[in-house]
Amino acid sequence: MAIAKVLGIETEFGIAGGPEQDPITASSVIVNAYAQRGIAHINWDFEGETPGVDARGLAGLTAFAPIVETQLANTVLANGARLYVDHAHPEYSSPECRSPLEAVRFDVAGEEVLRRAQRIANESLGPVQAITIYKNNSDGKGNSYGCHENYLVARSVEFGDLVRALVPHFVSRQIVIGAGKVGFETDRPRGARPAYQVSQRAEFFEEVVGLETTLKRPIINTRDETHGDAERFRRLHVIIGDANLSQYATAVKLGATALLLAALEDQGLRGFPAAPRDPVRAVRAFAADPTLQAAVDCVDERSRTAWDYQDELWTLAERYVAQHGGDAVADHDEVRFILDQWREMLDGVRDDPAVVADRIDWVAKQRILDGYRDRYDLAEDDARLRAIDLQYHDLRPGRSLAARVGLRRLFDEDSIDAAIVEPPGSTRAYFRGQCVKRFPEAIAAANWDSVVFDLGDGPLQRVPMPDPLRGTAALTAHLFETNSTAIDLLTALGG
Amino acid sequence: MTRPTESAPEVNVDTSKGEQLKADLDDLLDEIDEVLEENAEEFVRNYVQKGGE
Repeated sequence: MAIAKVLGIETEFGIAGGPEQDPITASSVIVNAYAQRGIAHINWDFEGETPGVDARGLAGLTAFAPIVETQLANTVLANGARLYVDHAHPEYSSPECRSPLEAVRFDVAGEEVLRRAQRIANESLGPVQAITIYKNNSDGKGNSYGCHENYLVARSVEFGDLVRALVPHFVSRQIVIGAGKVGFETDRPRGARPAYQVSQRAEFFEEVVGLETTLKRPIINTRDETHGDAERFRRLHVIIGDANLSQYATAVKLGATALLLAALEDQGLRGFPAAPRDPVRAVRAFAADPTLQAAVDCVDERSRTAWDYQDELWTLAERYVAQHGGDAVADHDEVRFILDQWREMLDGVRDDPAVVADRIDWVAKQRILDGYRDRYDLAEDDARLRAIDLQYHDLRPGRSLAARVGLRRLFDEDSIDAAIVEPPGSTRAYFRGQCVKRFPEAIAAANWDSVVFDLGDGPLQRVPMPDPLRGTAALTAHLFETNSTAIDLLTALGG
Repeated sequence: MTRPTESAPEVNVDTSKGEQLKADLDDLLDEIDEVLEENAEEFVRNYVQKGGE
């Protein structure tokens, strides 16, 4: 049986303004603004952080292990998320969730967390130093920052099989979930028109498999940092996605990938399409062609478009669910919703893009760009078109274009507000979030797989959480109801 | 490959939906100049990020 696809999203936000226009300072101001005016200010515990461990066993000779920065602002939120400064960006890492739609809800909550932090910070900064925040992935000048997904995978799955299964999906899924971008920032593929790309991120990928995330970015990232029991689990760290403003796109991004991973665990590589001969060329060629006509040669001597790949992968997922059910990913109705939306968005993007402009970011953005350019007869390199691109991702309600294009929503405001202060009940994020919410003064630090208590006298006490599916509301809600202090809680836990 | 088994919508429904989408887009384009940053060129030029991840 496929294991539960616990999942979540980490988003690095673009940031501008702030004291001396310094992005690291601005990011720190944002994180601290939220931590101090928000619910809690809990330190992150770096014990167990090993981002340099490589899933292939040993790191490539040219690979540098990523550096964990311990000096920058870093906090844990009552919803179980982590909010911190990563390099020169504010980053929100959602709590671990048990289903794609739950993860969408906590991803959208992250947008609202950043929006509130921005508002709090700007109240004291004033208009000249005001900070603006963007949920995008590039500055249009060759600098990219990530939106990473994480999926729980059985350790028993061979890493090579993950690569073979997922490369076709990761090069092609952008036609449904890409966020769109004006222009090119790296070498333009031959024959590509200058106007528009399907994906923000695609052109930054240079390798098929690797440990890096900041240069020579790989389609499959090998970071092997489980944040849990590494004998049973692997955390698949996916770096090849765009940050979405469309909640439907985020749902399909997570749901489709989780279903394919479950299919791989239950039935192996059977039914997965053959990889492109040159995956890096494929991901760039698919991005550079919003008409979706670009085809690439594959290792089985066939030629496929991105649409062909997604069609085969959807069919594989559909058959997998018919045969095995989709319990590893979500309940029946949610799995059906994911499959139906994936299908509708895939057919729509080919047959009648206007109909899916309410769900696909790159289509929604392209419609405004085309409409605006035609209305004023603008040249393709007009700065206003790049400004529209940027402002699609602007988090400020008064400036956001994504908020104006009629994107469908999955959750109402009350549901998002609740997800800012309440953790999901379905994973260990529940225990982490409840501890942060109820006993902030007693927590010395927390991280993904433990909470460290400081009760004032005696040694620090670490509560380990190696299994993401323990520490749930079902397993621990009664402990929080019956123990009103941290000491009582630890005593009840047997500590 | 198999396709989803949904009945095709009536043509007139399709057309009115298309017109509605077009009207919505026109409304947005009317609004966009008020929302766009005033000096697009400078705004775009000044948006420089450090790489991340």
